Order: sequence, then structure tokens, then C-alpha cells
Amino acid sequence: MTDSSSDCTYEEEYVFYKNRPHWKDVTPVPQDDGPNPVVAIAYTEQFREIYDYFRAILRSGEKSERVLELTNDAAQLNPANYTVWQYRREVLSHLKSNLSDELNYIGETISEHPKNYQVWHHRRVIVEWLKDPSKEMEFTNVILAQDSKNYHAWQHRQWVVATFKLYDLELEFVNDLLLKDVRNNSAWNQRYFVIIHTSGFTPNVIKNELEYTAGKIREVVNNESAWNYLRGIICHTESGNITSEEFIMKFCEDLYGTGCRCPYLLALIVDICEELFELGASDEIFSMQRALQVCDDLALEHDKIRKEYWKFISRRINQALLHRTTAA
Amino acid sequence: MAEMEPVNRRNLEEIEAERFRDEDRRTASSIEQEEVEKTVLSRFELFDKRAEVDIDCPLLLRQKHAAFIKGSLLHLHESYQCLDSSRPWLVYWSLHSLALLEEHIEPEECSKIVGFLAKCQSPNGGFGGGPGQLPHLACTYAAVNALCTIGTNEAFGVINREKLLEFLWSLRQPDGSFFMHENGEVDVRGAYCALSVSKLTNIFTPELFEGSAEWIVGCQSYEGGFSACPGMEAHGGYSFCGLAALFMLGKEHLCDMKAFMRWITNRQMRLEGGFQGRTNKLVDACYSFWQGGAFLFLHNILFKENKSIVNSDRWLFNQEALQEYILMCCQQSSGGLIDKPGKPRDLYHTCYALSGLSIAQHTSLVKKYVVGSKINLLAPIHPMFNITFDSAVKTMKYFENLPVPQIGIP
Ligand SMILES: [Zn+2]
Repeated sequence: MTDSSSDCTYEEEYVFYKNRPHWKDVTPVPQDDGPNPVVAIAYTEQFREIYDYFRAILRSGEKSERVLELTNDAAQLNPANYTVWQYRREVLSHLKSNLSDELNYIGETISEHPKNYQVWHHRRVIVEWLKDPSKEMEFTNVILAQDSKNYHAWQHRQWVVATFKLYDLELEFVNDLLLKDVRNNSAWNQRYFVIIHTSGFTPNVIKNELEYTAGKIREVVNNESAWNYLRGIICHTESGNITSEEFIMKFCEDLYGTGCRCPYLLALIVDICEELFELGASDEIFSMQRALQVCDDLALEHDKIRKEYWKFISRRINQALLHRTTAA
Repeated sequence: MAEMEPVNRRNLEEIEAERFRDEDRRTASSIEQEEVEKTVLSRFELFDKRAEVDIDCPLLLRQKHAAFIKGSLLHLHESYQCLDSSRPWLVYWSLHSLALLEEHIEPEECSKIVGFLAKCQSPNGGFGGGPGQLPHLACTYAAVNALCTIGTNEAFGVINREKLLEFLWSLRQPDGSFFMHENGEVDVRGAYCALSVSKLTNIFTPELFEGSAEWIVGCQSYEGGFSACPGMEAHGGYSFCGLAALFMLGKEHLCDMKAFMRWITNRQMRLEGGFQGRTNKLVDACYSFWQGGAFLFLHNILFKENKSIVNSDRWLFNQEALQEYILMCCQQSSGGLIDKPGKPRDLYHTCYALSGLSIAQHTSLVKKYVVGSKINLLAPIHPMFNITFDSAVKTMKYFENLPVPQIGIP
């Protein structure tokens, strides 16, 4: 949710606002919690005072350099205060402030609080105002180097890539991440994002992606990310059917033949059997009887935690078989 | 006392057999996963020994949790300053947790809380993170849920429904998505929060959500779960919001339910028993609710589609394994619940771990599966809003008698 580290790193000689001569004209406004406050946070003296001054400014509507400083202090103590950021943007725009400086500033704040909604949103607005994405790829590189699955960083990066059409080097970036950690699902997701917005899943791309993904699966079989991506590719074949891709059927059967009983492989085999049956194509290898057997294997041995799910799929298969016999 | 069904628990041997296989390819993801499994296994071993001498094991530390929450409801340490813009959330997490524990709150206490939440309401509608803060859709959701959990006429009366509806309209975008606040970010939480409060307080109008279902469906990722916005990675929190919102709109058929079912069933961890938020990430108790809650919609949808193959006694996940994870790995002995062993307690994880525990205990209002002591049984929740079922019924009864406000649509 929100990160709880908000230690403030002021130098020893912090001067309270009430002792600052150029703030003398402002009367602080205390928080109105009513007569019976609940979830009352034990604010530090500094926190309380800064927000008392911020409330005074909200009331007066002043937009000045000193207010920028004040919002900086307020945001450092609680970067999740969206009211502070919103007001800061109003001041920035009123003063026509230097937005490159603001970008540097918010970059530092994000580095300290990389899992906070408000700081990322602020950065996005500043980039929109600047109409300049030139720092964004490098910036998200740094954040993702610390946490390669940071959701906010990926969301920002996708927005930048899509808005400013910066797809060119993105697949390379994704490839590097997958070389480092083939289980990084965010990287797989980005791979899909890039392809769908550039070449699209054309027959040629599908062929390449299937081969690439099959290779990654052979390296680490129990990697759900790669299996999910494989299904993502299949959705883009002409029919959208798994069984329209000879490659997949052969891949699954080969892997099964090596003794592999990975649950994601078995799950795909069940889907192949069901799909062939629905299409009215009877297949000796991928039969409904086999599907039922594999569901049992999954429920009792290879994927026990999902027993209820596999029992459900079994009932679905049995019902389909029953319909077919009664219809015949 | 309610009748309880026999439970099917895994033995230690079965759990140990589920250890992660790194296939000689150690990566950041596999290293983290193996570390978590080690700490989780040691908790399971500890409880296995305890169970030999204590038939009530595992026990939900009701009094300890209640004491921690009641304390937090009054005063919070300065480390909560970073949540100073989420105070209605702090109230909601506390009150809902207490309601799940069926803890009584004195009427004077309720009145005080109502008074505070009223201070967070903006004159322009909606609630902010604290008194004087701009109204925010997530804080509005939390404040409305908190008031409905209190469930007194005084609490219901606080909500300015006309202004609330105007506020929701002010956040709506032409494509049916919602800003979280004025000039704020847009993601799938917005549509969910707007739907939840408008259904609960009977201010829902179809025009307000024109296009929302189609926008939400665009957030379904190729994996099957929903993401924050189109293109992003499937994620437990956003998946709950996405499916709950589609369900409230009666438009769940627009998404690929088979893919959703495959994705969400795979989020339960085979060793830990708890849920992860995304593929190849770590278990976290808060997803007990975000993922667990979505199973209730899934169940309902599958039942409508094809009644005869749905087992109405069970959700499509291992309910006992989830209870074991929460009870054995996520309780702090001094009160409060946690994400995973080694993490500090907080109100957010306390609320969502307990909500998930409740889901795992109640398959319907009749069937109850309770791991450990019988006193572990919590109140059932209403999955659309995540307030208790009784609170939801009482709230909807109260507001259904009030007309939907007529406002000039901007
Ligand atoms: Zn969590």
C-alpha cells in the first residue's frame, strides 16, 4: 500500500516556520479534527507546524516561491498527500517555474519513495507539461534496476513509451531483463506490450515468439510467466485456437514425452483436448479421456492445491461428453 | 453456534513436497521465493508440534487483535504520518476488522467516529484523506464503508448523496474511466470505488457508468487477470476491482472468464497456501482478500452459466490452506496481522488478512469450514463492498427508501 518510512532528514538547525521572519505575516491554521478525534496520529512538532502553515496557504490561495518551499517540506514529510502535490502544481504553473528543475526534484523524491502513487503521478504531469520524455527511459531504468517488478515504474514507462512512441529499444531492454531473470513476469508483460503496439502478432512474429518462448520454457519448465505468455501469443493466431498451431501440439507432446509433468504443461494439454473435442475433431493423442486422466493427475499429484479447480474442469469435460452422446 | 463442516488439512509431509524447484536456474525471483518458503515451513513445523498437545491450535488471537485495533482507532504512532492522507482508510480498516471479530463498540464511540468522518467530507461532495483535504475517490470509498459498518442513522445521515453524485460525475472521463481525484491519476480502482459507493448509497445511475465496462475489459491482460490500466501486468488488487466492477454492472460476460479463472486459481501458492498478487511474486496476506474475494464473483458467474457443474459447497481455491497460512504465518503474538513472517503489523494487513480468513471460512451463509479452534469463526462479508454481510444488508435497506438524487448532469 504505502511505504511507512518518512524519517525526515533535516540538518540540526531546523528553523520552525514561526521563527522565520519572512513567514511572520502568515497565521497558521490548526487541523480541525472536531471535538473527538479518532485515528489521531502523534505528529511531530515539525509535521504539525508545516501542515498548519499549509492550511493557511490553502485558505489564502497564495502562489509564491515560499509556498513552493512549503509544499516541498510538506511533501517530504508525507509524500502521499495528494492535496499538497495538487497545490504545488498550481503554484508551479502560476509562477511558470523551471520544470526541468522540478523533474530533477521529483526524481529524487521518487527514489526515496518508489512505491507511492502521488510522486509518480506528479512526474507524469511534469513530463506532460515539458513534452519532453528524454529523461524518462534512463530514470525508469534506474528504478527498475533496484526493483525490476515495481508496478508504478512500469506503468510510468508504458505511458512514456506509448505517448512518445519510444518503442525502438524496448524489446532489447526486455530481453536483457529476461536474461537476468527469466521469471520476471513484468518483463514478459512488457514484451507483449511492445509487440502488440509495434509489429503486432503477425504470422511471422507469432512463429518467432513461439520459438523464443518454447526455448525459455525448455530452460526452466516450471516458469508460469513463460507459459502464460505462450497462451498470450496463441490468442493472436487467425482462429485464436491453440490447436491451429501444429508447433504447440508438438512442443507439448515432446515435453510430455521427456517425462515432464509440470502443471502448466498438463493444463495446456487439457485445454488442447477440450478444444479439439469442441471443434468436432477427434484425436487419438489429445482425447477427452486423456483430459480426464490428466485432470485427475493434476488434482491428486501435480497441482494438489488447485484440486477444486481441477475437479471443476473434470465436471465440465464430463458434461460435454454427456451432451455429445445424448445429441448423437 | 453455527454448524461446521469437517475440514481437509494438508499434513506437513504434503506441504514439504511442494517446495519450489529452481531447475538449476537461480534468479532473483527464485531466491526470494525459496527464502519465504523456508520461513513459512518453519512456522508450519512449529504449529505441527503444537497441535500434538493443543486441539485448539491454530488459534485466532481475537483479544490481542481487537486490543491492537482499538488502540489504533484512538491513537497512532508518528510513523503513521505517511498515512495522514488516508485517515478514513485507517478508520475503515479498524472498524471492519472489529466487525469481523464481532467486537462491540460503544454508541458514544461510534458517534465520535461519525463526527470525525463528517469532518473529512468535502463541501463539494466526497471525502478527503483528512479534514480540509481535497476529496479523493479511494478515501470516499473507505469513509462510506466505515459509516455503513457503523450502520446507525446518524452515520448514514452524514453522507451527502447529492454532492457525492456530483463529485462522481466530476471525476468521470468520457471513456467511462474515473480519476481518483481532481487532476489525479486514472486506473481501475476509480471505477470500482465509484460503483461501490453508488450502489451502497443508492445513487447509482447507468449514465454515470456508460462505457465503464468496456474500459475495464480493456484492462484484462493476456494472462487473464486485470491490471491498473490497459497494457499493464495482471495484479490482484486491480483484478478484484475489475471483476467486482463488471459484476456490479452486470457485464461480466464481456471479459474472458476462462482466462480469468485460470489466472486467479493459479495465484494460490502451492506451499504457502496464501495468495500472491502477480505471477512469480511472493505470497502476501492482503491478497487473501483481493484474490480470495474475486472467487465469490467467479463462483456466482459460473453458477449462472452452468449450475450443474459448480460445487456449491466450495470456492475454487483451497480454503483450509489459506486459513492455515493466515493463522500460522500472519498473526503477530502481540496482536495485529502481517503480510508474511518477518514483516511488521499494520491495520491494512490486519483488515485484509481477516477479510480473507472470513471468505475462506464461509462458502455460503450455510457452509462453514473452520481451521483450528471453533472460536476462530469470523462474521461473513459482502464481497462487493467488503463490509460485513449484515452491514451491507442494513445499509441497502436504509438507502433504498431514499430517491436517487436528480442532479443536472454536467
Ligand atoms: Zn500486502
